[in-house]
Amino acid sequence: MRASFDEMQATSTTVREHYRVYDRWLAQQPGDVMRSRREEAEMIFRRVGITFAVYGAKDEDGSGTERLIPFDLIPRVIPAFEWTEMEAGLRQRVTALNRFIHDVYHGQEIIKAGIVPGDQIFKNAQFRPEMMGVDVPGGVYSHISGIDIVRAANPDGSGSYYVLEDNLRVPSGVSYMLENRKMMMRLFPELFSQHRIAPVAHYPDLLLETLRAVAPAAVNDPTVVVLTPGMYNSAYFEHAFLAQQMGVELVEGQDLFVKDNFVYMRTTQGPKRVDVIYRRVDDDFLDPLAFRPDSTLGCAGLLSVYRAGNVTLSNAIGTGVADDKSIYPYVPKMIEFYLGEKPILNNVPTWQCRNDEDLKYVLAHLGELVVKEVHGAGGYGMLVGPAATKEEIADFRKALEANPAGYIAQPTLSLSTCPTFVDSGIAPRHIDLRPFVLSGKTVQMVPGGLTRVALKEGSLVVNSSQGGGTKDTWMLEA
Amino acid sequence: MLSRTADHLFWMARYMERAENTARMLDVNYQTSLLPQSADAAENGWKGLLSISELSHDYAKRYGEVDARKVMDYMVSDERNPSSIYSCLMAARENARAVRGTLTTEVWETQNQTWLEFQRMLRHKTFQKDPGEGFEWVKFRSHLSRGVTVGTMLQDEAFHFLRIGSFLERADNTARMLDVKFHAVESEFFGTGTANGNGKDQEYDFYHWSAILRSVSGFEVYRKAYRNVIRPEKVAELLILRADMPRSLAACMDEVVNNLRQVANEQSSDTLRRAGRLQADLRFGRIDEILATGLHAFLTQFLERVGTLGVGISRDFLVPVAA
Repeated sequence: MRASFDEMQATSTTVREHYRVYDRWLAQQPGDVMRSRREEAEMIFRRVGITFAVYGAKDEDGSGTERLIPFDLIPRVIPAFEWTEMEAGLRQRVTALNRFIHDVYHGQEIIKAGIVPGDQIFKNAQFRPEMMGVDVPGGVYSHISGIDIVRAANPDGSGSYYVLEDNLRVPSGVSYMLENRKMMMRLFPELFSQHRIAPVAHYPDLLLETLRAVAPAAVNDPTVVVLTPGMYNSAYFEHAFLAQQMGVELVEGQDLFVKDNFVYMRTTQGPKRVDVIYRRVDDDFLDPLAFRPDSTLGCAGLLSVYRAGNVTLSNAIGTGVADDKSIYPYVPKMIEFYLGEKPILNNVPTWQCRNDEDLKYVLAHLGELVVKEVHGAGGYGMLVGPAATKEEIADFRKALEANPAGYIAQPTLSLSTCPTFVDSGIAPRHIDLRPFVLSGKTVQMVPGGLTRVALKEGSLVVNSSQGGGTKDTWMLEA
Repeated sequence: MLSRTADHLFWMARYMERAENTARMLDVNYQTSLLPQSADAAENGWKGLLSISELSHDYAKRYGEVDARKVMDYMVSDERNPSSIYSCLMAARENARAVRGTLTTEVWETQNQTWLEFQRMLRHKTFQKDPGEGFEWVKFRSHLSRGVTVGTMLQDEAFHFLRIGSFLERADNTARMLDVKFHAVESEFFGTGTANGNGKDQEYDFYHWSAILRSVSGFEVYRKAYRNVIRPEKVAELLILRADMPRSLAACMDEVVNNLRQVANEQSSDTLRRAGRLQADLRFGRIDEILATGLHAFLTQFLERVGTLGVGISRDFLVPVAA
């Protein structure tokens, strides 16, 4: 049998130290409490409008295209010493990634040193030649980074954290981290007096501080805005939420225009200059003059203002070059190269199918591995070997042989599980974790993250677009 | 504030107010239809309601004969009718959702909750089982929406644009209601009852005028303000000129002007001038003068001026209406 690691249960009869208080509380709850609390939570989420938009037909209940992300009542608890180490690891990793992006668009020392092959960068669709030689404030590119971390079981039954993926473009989910906490405090206030749970509610303050810190140097009191593709975007709730929490305008492309190499927004009192744009729009759609000409989500001329240093985009253009799955295997070496430090957080061992040796191994072991498209996201375009049928594996083999450079492979990690309240009662389900790291003048983060849970039994796919849910994440204070 | 944001706020408030007024008109017609009256009179009531909203043609095309049940369905739950309560509440909520960050949590949740609950009521057929209760609910959700706005929002630009939307819409709706109701009476200005004292007609008049008053929550107000029997010219005066009557044209224009002044910008002077002039006409006007020139003519002109004002506000502050 495959090794497994449960966040709460050390064995089927013993509970891990950091879950003891919760376990005792849970045992005291009458049978139907969890069910009624879950209904209450759903009602509140709907009333508050914490939904994500789904493109397509109306639901039967007429609730249109807005869905709730399933929220699980059982928290994911992480002890203080683990978070302390994770935090240091995240700080280190994001710092190195930012150095890497700066290097890619300037001296390219890491290529010269033979650590990352040049074609891995220049042939990458996320590499933006427009950014060559452009200086961004503080040399920071990825101001908001979402780092996906999983815990996997070791053969001896212990667990180890691994970074699964870096998200350096427009990572989302932080609003759920904040709303889940609010919900838990509302539903189970007594749990918060029984635990010392590190607060996360100051995230919007840190975010605003970060965004102000990276404003163009000449600006004294910068005007910050959040740029959204609009209310039909799946993450619209989050965009509106963050703008409101920071007290800044939520703008759409149509609200912005460029004049004399500055960006302005149209207001009821005439044009107002904008200094920092926290954009939740992909690079491709930012400026129809520079990127996709059919985009109506961006602002014509924005790139030229940006290159002149008259506006800051957050995250910078071209950060995607560093969070691609083809670059991922090099991150530990980046950390050593730029910081001269040993990586604190593990990478998942990865085979790069572009290398003949690796490809040969992967083709021979397709049934055991997870194979991912280099540019894929959202849990699409991947093969989970042990869960796939013979036909699926055969199909994937063809795709892989046709374009080996488009794929990487990793061992099938036995993701840790966490007890989750499902229809049949409380049962273990696989989870991951996305902490959010802010980089401005300094690197900061709140002690928390978004825990996503695969609600289907045995499933490893936690993405909300594929039936994943979320949990509140408690970093315990020592 | 962003022009687009102001636009959404303005329309959010307008649609909420329109939903309330649609409910008011339906309610009064429904209550009146419970009184003994000829089939013709009943049908005229529903016809008048459709013509107030400029929907007679659209209704005829899709439903044919005017019939109480069908008109109510059309005005409550038909999503193809842009003035139905369904369409108004949805538009109010969609506009709110687009700027939820600008609203207080309470205001947003009120709008969202109204929409969710309305859908539930449609599923439970509340408006068919007990129309009166349904209309009352819409009115109170609108009261709540305004109350929560006044009670929780900072009195900044966002607040002023919400208020302008509410009162511009209310001015328009009250004027339309007056126009059609006065028109429905088959005489030059007033019911025949005032002229010849025929008992039956007098009775008819009483119910007719009191229905108008009730539709704007003005029945008790009228008694308090005039301490007299219900006379048409007084009803007109109350609903047009009395600035202390919260649904009168004068009261609406006072609110529009006061809030417009707060948001004035470099290009809005002409719009402010027009608004001020309309306000002055109501403040210093006299009901006998208005009646002398003809109530219908007066109200038609008023509606045109309110329309122009709306276009001016859009042009000066909001997302300009495409010509």
